[in-house]
Amino acid sequence: MTAVAALPGDAALFRARAAISAVADPEIPVLTLGDLGVIRGVAVAGDGVVEVTITPTYSGCPAMKVMELDLQLALAKAGFADARIKTVLAPAWTTDWLSAEGREKLRAYGIAPPVGKAAQGSSSRRALFGEEQAPACPLCGSGQTTKISEFGSTACKAQWRCKTCLEPFDAFKCI
Amino acid sequence: MSADAPLFTYCLRLADSALVLGHRLSEWTAYAPTLEEDIAIANLALDLIGQARLFYDYAGKIEGQGRDEDALAYLRDDRDYMNLLLVEQPNGDFAVTMMRQFLYAAFAVPYLAALTRSKDETLAAIAAKAEKEMAYHLRHAGEWVIRLGDGTEESHARAQAALDDLAIYIDEFFEVDAVEQSLIDAGIAPDPASVRSAFEATLAHVLGEATLARPAVRTGQSGGRKGLHTEHLGHLLAEMQVLHRAHPGANW
Repeated sequence: MTAVAALPGDAALFRARAAISAVADPEIPVLTLGDLGVIRGVAVAGDGVVEVTITPTYSGCPAMKVMELDLQLALAKAGFADARIKTVLAPAWTTDWLSAEGREKLRAYGIAPPVGKAAQGSSSRRALFGEEQAPACPLCGSGQTTKISEFGSTACKAQWRCKTCLEPFDAFKCI
Repeated sequence: MSADAPLFTYCLRLADSALVLGHRLSEWTAYAPTLEEDIAIANLALDLIGQARLFYDYAGKIEGQGRDEDALAYLRDDRDYMNLLLVEQPNGDFAVTMMRQFLYAAFAVPYLAALTRSKDETLAAIAAKAEKEMAYHLRHAGEWVIRLGDGTEESHARAQAALDDLAIYIDEFFEVDAVEQSLIDAGIAPDPASVRSAFEATLAHVLGEATLARPAVRTGQSGGRKGLHTEHLGHLLAEMQVLHRAHPGANW
């Protein structure tokens, strides 16, 4: 392997991006951090060190530390032992950043992807007891679903149930 | 007092309220009335503790004395805590917990929305995340207040009793002291008076739907921002801090 220090900036970036492209979300392992929209940038900083910028999903997301470690490990394996992970808070993460591919992976995994766009009014903004757009059942595809609880196994998900196949399922909150 | 002292104090106040309420909610874990509600309350607690961490982390950087989030959360006594009195009130029954959450969120949502326009970029960024989360809290707690208030005779009586007990802590949300005034003047902190009408509108709407009557409060209780607390905070901190203090520097 060519020593990383000898690589020109673009090649180092290319290799760093490739190295982290497969790093998965620790709680939803079918999604890469890229699919989730958590990775906000990869750059070579002024001191020549590769710097990956990430943003938390929810303020209290307990997976952030693991994400950092996983990224650091993937970068170290690719020769970037001194890579830095930088956390930024603004702009605030939104499910609008979930990639189309990520949405499809979620559905195939049994989690309904977020319905609608947060930018056009997140589901948290609707009126009390107001109707919200129901996600289709990720298992049988039926549109006949009902909410069990606004909160689920992780901060980013709610619990729903399908009235057709009767299976409960997780749905990504639109935020 | 250095120029950053008011900002440090202000960050601690925001952090303390979020942490104390988050800790209170976490006391429900494994005790909530239903499994779904147990998970919901744990999620609310997680959001608040996450928000507290962001504010503490920033406060520690402003102070510049090397105190991190753990030092600020675990190694200060009740007289140093500056949270709102409302959030330290015990969980009581489910109606008390949901009423407390509703009152806090009804204030936090418009207040944090205003804080997103702060001239301090870090505070604005934390507020933008926290505000989205608190909007969920407001709906969840608001719907429960309506269900309980407009529910059975017993749930109505309990929801009304909760409101009667907690209403004296509302005025403290809107207090401004010299520390906060200097930050309001500098465009860093929002003036809480500017969100009073939004808060009142939320209360009027939800309490109306819930068929609950807002009690008349002649003099609100306050003192949290000066470190003058109700008897309940000391007990909460004792439980929250004991492990960290018994094993200084412990890690896993």
